[in-house]
Amino acid sequence: MSETFLDSTELVLNMGPQHPSTHGVLRVIVKLDGEKVTGTECVIGYLHRGVEKIAENRTYAMFAPYVDRMDYVAAISNGLGYCLAVEKLISVEAPERAQVVRVILTELNRIASHLVWLGTHALDIGALTPLFYCMREREDILNIFEKYCGARLTTHAFRIGGLQYETYEGFEKECLEFCDKFTPRVDEYEELLTENRIWKERLIDVGILNAEDCKAYGVTGPMLRSAGVEWDIRKALPYSGYEKYDFEIPTRTNGDCYDRYIVRVQEMRQSARIVRQGVEMLAPGPIIGKVPKVLKPPMGEAYVSIEAPKGELGYYVVSDASTQPYRVRVRPPSFVNLQSLDKMARGSLVADLVAVIGTIDIVLGEVDR
Amino acid sequence: MPEEANPGGVPEPQKPEETTAPTGGGEPSAPEAAAPPSGGEESPSASAPPAPPVPKPAAPAAAKPAAAAAAAKPAAPAAPKAPPVMLTTPWEGELVEDLKDEFGGKIKEFSTYVGQSFMVAEAAAVIPIIDYLKIEQGFDYLVDITAVDYPDKPERFELVWILYSFDRNERIRIKARVKEGEKAATCFGVHLTADWLEREVYDMFGIEFEGHPNMTRILMPEGWSGFPLRKDKSIVDMDNRWVRENLGIESGQ
Repeated sequence: MSETFLDSTELVLNMGPQHPSTHGVLRVIVKLDGEKVTGTECVIGYLHRGVEKIAENRTYAMFAPYVDRMDYVAAISNGLGYCLAVEKLISVEAPERAQVVRVILTELNRIASHLVWLGTHALDIGALTPLFYCMREREDILNIFEKYCGARLTTHAFRIGGLQYETYEGFEKECLEFCDKFTPRVDEYEELLTENRIWKERLIDVGILNAEDCKAYGVTGPMLRSAGVEWDIRKALPYSGYEKYDFEIPTRTNGDCYDRYIVRVQEMRQSARIVRQGVEMLAPGPIIGKVPKVLKPPMGEAYVSIEAPKGELGYYVVSDASTQPYRVRVRPPSFVNLQSLDKMARGSLVADLVAVIGTIDIVLGEVDR
Repeated sequence: MPEEANPGGVPEPQKPEETTAPTGGGEPSAPEAAAPPSGGEESPSASAPPAPPVPKPAAPAAAKPAAAAAAAKPAAPAAPKAPPVMLTTPWEGELVEDLKDEFGGKIKEFSTYVGQSFMVAEAAAVIPIIDYLKIEQGFDYLVDITAVDYPDKPERFELVWILYSFDRNERIRIKARVKEGEKAATCFGVHLTADWLEREVYDMFGIEFEGHPNMTRILMPEGWSGFPLRKDKSIVDMDNRWVRENLGIESGQ
């Protein structure tokens, strides 16, 4: 890959870092033979802020807002993963009500994240309309977040041990209203895209990554499920009480861009289903567990991962029994998934490269951390 | 409602005070300095690196001078605590027996902590173990490779491999230690995903993986000097250096 050999027909082109279809500051060095991609190399790190280093210089609670800035379209998932990892170290479990609220907000965030993906990906492919529809629905979710914790994007919604804020008056009603409204809206998106001939021709059989390759590259999330592997951490290793919810894991078999689209759309429907069940389960109770004011987890380490919208998001936290983590390692799904780009794009056309990057669903804040 | 919603934007302001109280009013960044004895009251716990469950005579001995130094300084703190130890329980099962049969003494320890199983192996044996686990035991998904830096220990870096098996629905960790400058073996040949993960470990810690096809920096710029996640790299120093070079003033702090 690193050895570049140029012959008369080969062209090396720079895509990004300021290219709209790279969804942030990703630079892809593309080797082209005519319009055919013969190799790619990703150059990343433009957004590297050293989050893991920062963690070693903050207390456990102080670091929590930083994780929101990694995958900033799914900040709540990031926060949940971090809180669960620290809770594992201090052997505290969030109370029942806190867990349900967490699930509701995380699933709403999953919908929001998939909506951003769907809108921008459709834009990459040339369909302008879905973006506006997707942003409209996302707005409703962000409004719920804003009412709940005051922030829309980098929410810092959860605390180690549970929640800081009680839900606002009308929270349940607004969540249900959103779900009622949302399911027909998903039908609308599907009407625009699923059977659209241009959409299908641009996506079907493009960027295929089969189940074997997914496992070899460590690819998780909707990409893995679109290749036919029915694996979702919410089912496989349930956390936050996900075992109590009735939902399905949407899968497809081909593992191409179209299947990833279908899987994500179906996941939005399932998330709405989970939100509905969560609202029903919501019972009064405490919202934060017994967490000491000064958090000093005993010496030890834990790896906890959750099913973030993009795949397995893991936190490996090492404690040296002081107030600050000795080491926090974030296992970012986008970073690992992006690695498979070369495998998928090789042999396809430049225009397909855009579709492939789009369906990996990367957020560069998380890739670079 | 709105009055509840407003404070949510501000990450709780009371938190910093909580921290400074036990560390004797030190800067939040103080424990990051690698030099152990100057860390003030916190040095006994901060300097004593997480000891392995096997009691190691060197650890308490190293902690003592630090504790004595801290005690000699201002008001004597509470009686020096024993260095904290990771309370693990042995990990048993069929997989452990199989691994013992296959690798014998190359795996030094099988333990479980907070319900998570891990083994400590010799660095040279890790790749054969990962290969064996993939082919014979179905651990076909390499979740992550990372490292932890313990500058006070002779084998400074602890490498961590996290593996998962889809069939068994089981996640395990392999840990191994390497010295500074010592190369680890790549597992790129077993799991393709190791490519970027190992590059990141190299970029952040300076641990090279032998046999890796492209052992270059991945997140930091190519001309960067040093390895940011090593404990002796202080954020403040990095910042001051940048400020001096680019703004011509002594410190931006």
